[in-house]
Amino acid sequence: MAPTIGLFVPCYVDQLYPEVGWASLRILRQVGAEVEFPREQTCCGQPMANSGCAAEARPLAERFLSIFGRYDQVVAPSGSCVAMVRHHYRELLGDRPDLERVASRTFELCQWLVDVRGVSRVEGEFRRKVGLHKSCHGLRELRLGKSSETVGAPYDKVQQLLAPLRGIELVELARADECCGFGGTFAVAEEAVSCMMGRDRLADHEKAGAEVITGADVSCLMHLQGLARREGRRVEVMHVARILEGARLS
Amino acid sequence: MSAGLPVPPGQHARAAARFVANEVRAHRHDAAGWHLRSNRDRGAGSVPEWEALREAASAIKAHTLSRLADYLEEFERNARQNGIQVHWARDGAEHNAIVHGILAGHGVARVVKSKSMLTEECGLNPYLEARGVEVTDTDLGERIVQLLGEPPSHIVVPAIHRTKEEIGELFQRRLGTPAGLTDPTRLTEAARHHLRQKFLSAQAGITGVNFAIAETGGVVVVTNEGNADMGTSLPPLHVACMGVEKVIPRARDLGVLLRVLARSATGQPCSVYATHFHGPLRGGEMHVVVVDNGRSAILARDAFRRSLSCIRCGACLNTCPVYRRSGGYSYGATIPGPIGSVLSALRDPRAHADLPFASSLCGSCSDVCPVRIDLHHELLAFRRELSGRGLVPLGKRLTMKLLSLVMRSPRLYALAGRAARFLLRRAPWALRLGPGAAWARQRALPSGPAASFRELWDRQASAEKGGLP
Repeated sequence: MAPTIGLFVPCYVDQLYPEVGWASLRILRQVGAEVEFPREQTCCGQPMANSGCAAEARPLAERFLSIFGRYDQVVAPSGSCVAMVRHHYRELLGDRPDLERVASRTFELCQWLVDVRGVSRVEGEFRRKVGLHKSCHGLRELRLGKSSETVGAPYDKVQQLLAPLRGIELVELARADECCGFGGTFAVAEEAVSCMMGRDRLADHEKAGAEVITGADVSCLMHLQGLARREGRRVEVMHVARILEGARLS
Repeated sequence: MSAGLPVPPGQHARAAARFVANEVRAHRHDAAGWHLRSNRDRGAGSVPEWEALREAASAIKAHTLSRLADYLEEFERNARQNGIQVHWARDGAEHNAIVHGILAGHGVARVVKSKSMLTEECGLNPYLEARGVEVTDTDLGERIVQLLGEPPSHIVVPAIHRTKEEIGELFQRRLGTPAGLTDPTRLTEAARHHLRQKFLSAQAGITGVNFAIAETGGVVVVTNEGNADMGTSLPPLHVACMGVEKVIPRARDLGVLLRVLARSATGQPCSVYATHFHGPLRGGEMHVVVVDNGRSAILARDAFRRSLSCIRCGACLNTCPVYRRSGGYSYGATIPGPIGSVLSALRDPRAHADLPFASSLCGSCSDVCPVRIDLHHELLAFRRELSGRGLVPLGKRLTMKLLSLVMRSPRLYALAGRAARFLLRRAPWALRLGPGAAWARQRALPSGPAASFRELWDRQASAEKGGLP
């Protein structure tokens, strides 16, 4: 029997980018997964935890465990929220068997597709020049790819899923994985630096010829898209699930 | 002359905004830091066993910190056998008094000093100057900021915030170089002539310490300019100042640490000079001043102990997208960047409560660190510490409390979500008030979709059942 997957749609994706949740659901179903969306889910607690407010984050971590504990696996279209569950709940809840169980079975969408589902073939088409934004928590917490600081064989699970699409051209950036400056409350508390970082990322993608910027974290994309729209830039911003949802993965 | 900090502590966001406002300068500073980071990538990438080397360096430091007192005592014993006089200073004030005492005992009025962030931390220059001792910093970058009356803005490249035009103008004023001279080679030449006179007339040399070897009782000082060698070869008196964390167990450990240090700092396979001092010059004296100044308190903290492993390579500054775009002074601390944020917050959490938040937590610092200090996680841990001590701003605390309450109730959450989406569609101006303003000043707000994912899910579920919603 196929494992039952609890689809974790982070709060801001649920409310502001429902199409990303929907695309994730379509992808999971297309590869034959049994998916449920537990209606009681809200927020994983990351904004509170990253502000240092552990007492405010803790009840949300507890909720998450009790809601998602019943699934074989949990999948979310957000590297950052998954990193929260996998790596940072421990700081709030301590070492607990129920946490260990959920943390080790919670995956970012691309991570799940590559590592758990073992997707090796992607058939589909996307005739655009695409710049891949490697969001920091996916990269340096979940290790979805090799970060540019580390020395070793290169790999990238998001790129691995995109590259086989017919017609896609993945552009090469001058700075392969520099932070976009979102950083949760950082985006507001350090507005000036945050926006300069974002504009610098946009400029790098544009210079490389990207027509579309994609990535595995909606939050970074929301920040980049906000800057691009405000300045009337032509570059489109799109979550990786939106690109993959039309493809056949096996 | 030596200056205090140009920006007082606790104002990172504001100072950073001022730095960013000069876009040309901010981009130049960003490019300078990124240039160092790129060189570091090439240097590190040329060593296939780089990650194993980092692991070894980290293990050497972790081991040393686990027996710090023992290794310091071993160092002291062996240094004394080498004829080196060892002094212990609890804090910066004691350190300064000891150094001044040594100099005064020899009637020293002119001293040359090679690079040392510790003496910056202790405020040694102004202390000595106030007592009639002329201190000349001999590292080119440090001499530049000293002539400008500024502190270093970077721990390896002290004048990284200045352009060659500004330095040309400074040298014209202070060293008499021709007007309009901006060629770095010729400016450096002028500085060499100027410094040569200082070396020749100095009565004592002060250096920092990169590594103190317990096993041999010697210290190692790393420079690219040979200025530590000049400053200690001519005058008969050498005073070396070190923090307690600089000790390493064995001479063979140097092989690992020197390999990662220069590559991480500038990408060089090794620094131009790595000078071993194992005793005084014939007829001279050598002193080592070992300073705690809050370090043993950090050693006692499990969550932050590893920050004492730092070998001051500056790689975390160069890679930090925030440091590169906000400049060293914005941190309001002697050591800026990720490592400076951790160390400063540990030293004075109230004054530096802003620094753990002066980071997007991107983690590049942790991946670049040659001794594998988990810098971004230490910053995150410190945010919790600040919150526990009530040092997170009230507005943020209340927002998080409210957010947490809403998120604990799926019904309240759905309601708040619907309201937010409605406002985004119909009255986005309302969201540009209050905390939304800092988002919306430079960024478009997301367009509020009519339905949330859960609403779409419910609709599909009821459609599948064939029933009415």
